[in-house]
Amino acid sequence: MKTFWKTGEPYVLVTGAALAIILVMSLTLVGVVMTNGLGYFWPQALVRFELKDGSVALGQITQHEKNPISDIRRLQLKIGNRDIYGQDFRWIDEKDITSRTMPEDAVLLERREHGNYFGYLKGVTAEGLNLSAAAPYDKLQQALKLVAAKLDATGKIKRQMSDLNSTAERIRLKLLKLEYGGKDKNAADIGELTAAREKTMAEFSRLNEQATATQADIGRITAQFSDVSGSTKDIALVDIVALQQPNSMSFLAKCGAYLERVRELLLDDPRESNTEGGLFPAIFGTVMMVLLMSVFSLPFGVIAAIYLREYARDGLMTRMVRIAVNNLAGVPSIVYGVFGLGFFVYGIGGSIDSLFFPERLPTPTFGTGGILWSSLTLALLTVPVVIVATEESLASIPKGIREGSLALGATKFQTLTKNLLPMATPGIMTGLILSMARAAGEVAPLMIVGVVKLAPTLPFDSNYPFFHMDRKFMHLGFHIYDVGFQSPNVEAAKPMVYVTTMLLLAIVIVASSVAIYLRNRMRGKYTTSTF
Amino acid sequence: MQQTNESRNEPILSVANLNLHYGDTHALKNINLDMARHQVTAFIGPSGCGKSTLLRCFNRMNDLVDSARVGGSIRFNSAEVNEPSTDVISLRRRIGMVFQQSNPFPKSIYENIVYGLRIAGVNDKTTLDEAVERSLKSAAIWNEVKDRLNDSALGLSGGQAQRICIARAIAVNPEIILMDEPCSALDPISTLKIEELIEELKSEYTIVIVTHNMQQAARVSDVTAFFYLGELVEAGGTRKIFTNPEKKQTEDYITGRFG
Repeated sequence: MKTFWKTGEPYVLVTGAALAIILVMSLTLVGVVMTNGLGYFWPQALVRFELKDGSVALGQITQHEKNPISDIRRLQLKIGNRDIYGQDFRWIDEKDITSRTMPEDAVLLERREHGNYFGYLKGVTAEGLNLSAAAPYDKLQQALKLVAAKLDATGKIKRQMSDLNSTAERIRLKLLKLEYGGKDKNAADIGELTAAREKTMAEFSRLNEQATATQADIGRITAQFSDVSGSTKDIALVDIVALQQPNSMSFLAKCGAYLERVRELLLDDPRESNTEGGLFPAIFGTVMMVLLMSVFSLPFGVIAAIYLREYARDGLMTRMVRIAVNNLAGVPSIVYGVFGLGFFVYGIGGSIDSLFFPERLPTPTFGTGGILWSSLTLALLTVPVVIVATEESLASIPKGIREGSLALGATKFQTLTKNLLPMATPGIMTGLILSMARAAGEVAPLMIVGVVKLAPTLPFDSNYPFFHMDRKFMHLGFHIYDVGFQSPNVEAAKPMVYVTTMLLLAIVIVASSVAIYLRNRMRGKYTTSTF
Repeated sequence: MQQTNESRNEPILSVANLNLHYGDTHALKNINLDMARHQVTAFIGPSGCGKSTLLRCFNRMNDLVDSARVGGSIRFNSAEVNEPSTDVISLRRRIGMVFQQSNPFPKSIYENIVYGLRIAGVNDKTTLDEAVERSLKSAAIWNEVKDRLNDSALGLSGGQAQRICIARAIAVNPEIILMDEPCSALDPISTLKIEELIEELKSEYTIVIVTHNMQQAARVSDVTAFFYLGELVEAGGTRKIFTNPEKKQTEDYITGRFG
């Protein structure tokens, strides 16, 4: 036994075990997220239960378990139809079940409001629609397509309206600015602008009426459904997002439905207070915020590190600064958030507003949270990582390279740009990867400097100046917190939390992989091989 | 530093009363030494005797060491090197240096050679091409690398890399080439090649070489200077130093009794 300890073998085992534990834990985490997230979109069968008391239930089985009090096996059924039953889920004791069937014609409706509807199709009231199909289900599908086309048309009108609206708002602000500058001098201008504004507004109300009329028109097209207990319900086709008969779907059809849901997730807006629908604004907000953050933190971090390592005299002061920078990386992120709110939002943002946008006050423009301030706050949070990584990689460059360059008559700056920085780039990239991963996952500081539950507009659109740095935005990390823990219907939102988590992980992994690929290419350049 | 001041007999480098301190350490003590044009001067002596430090005074590389203080005079073509007003950039262009560890930049062979020219603002393709061919030929490595000028210089062997570094120094047309133990990390064959190269370069450049290898000093140099503990013990013609040294210390070192 003693000799066994002397060989040093046990220490190898201990290190190996530590690594194995870490690997198992991370794989479990990813595994749990993946299985729950990926399975969510697969069309699940609708099961019809007949119970001993004569009642019936239709829904999707979500879990089985033993009742912790009575010790009876029971199952959880998602029954949907929240507007009729008042809740989405119910528990059924297995001993109460007399029969279970999977009716072929059971229909699953994803609706714009009130969650899913499970039931049977009775008929379609298609006023003004020319439907050729005979069977009710085909008829409904055909009608849905026609309605979608009509909705597209109104969508176009709505976009026009939003453009008109922003034009009108710009004119209004110009008017206010002129009034600030003294009314009399600019009387002619004001008249002209007022006329233009009125014209825009008139056009806006005309389009608005048109849109409202069409919408009301489409709203009259409905379909009749009955739920499992027989009570019927009229549902307008505009409220239907997707239609399935999961029990009679072929495997391929299920794959198609799955892909459609993934597309919806990646490219559509959220519905039902974020628990349904897509995540596009959150994905966009996260990616744009991280990129903006890199734009700020990378150059500042690199320049600061260059000064610290190459130009600053190595003395007490430099050492103090270095220690301070290292410690800065450990400050709780919420502290950065509070600082960002006080310094960026109220301080700088407030000054910008009073200097450049006095006509909009008291409505703040930059004096409130927004994507610019969020990126700057996170840049502040991640800049120490970039500084440390850059310093390390500069320090690891052999002395001979510096001396060789200087001895050929290069200045310090030339040595830096021609030799040191290219050689340090892989290390700098590592710092950037770390800082991007950290920024993508940070939520706490963002909650006070610009992230919102639901942003009506993206920070990037077709209206001048295209990038709207002052706008609030959505973020996947905050989305997880909001949907998972702030939503009134937590049980129904659970799958969405897994999916969002998976997406956030995916974004971090993709961003890191790209950066790692670039870094390895550069590393290859500075070791051997060809150029 | 004007070319017109040059004359065949005047020393190209002349050191007078040179003292150098690293913090509290007195590293060079009152050095007086002249180096003649188109000759090879070898600095020998045990480790830590200050020979490399002296070499690095000539092109002011000691400026990089914060704690170094230099006193006394070094005249290069009768212009003072230690003057604060001296243009260090042009001084280093005229006094090239080759280091103990070969230090090719992580660039192509071609870019390594033209580095000095590029930072001096030369970007004309034909000028650069000519400079590359001329300096690689002078450094006796043209035939080995002419077909792979665009390959990374990091893929070369130690001896080749050191000759690339010599070619890189030659490319900017210096007057003096300082060599700080250029062969100490090389195998005997590469060492031989570098020694032959030094012999050839002598006709165009003045060479100052620091070496630990006394046979090497005897083989390549015209003048040898022996340093011990920061002092210049003895300097003179190589043959004389190695056969009939004036000082006992020199003789002991050369015969291997210490050091």
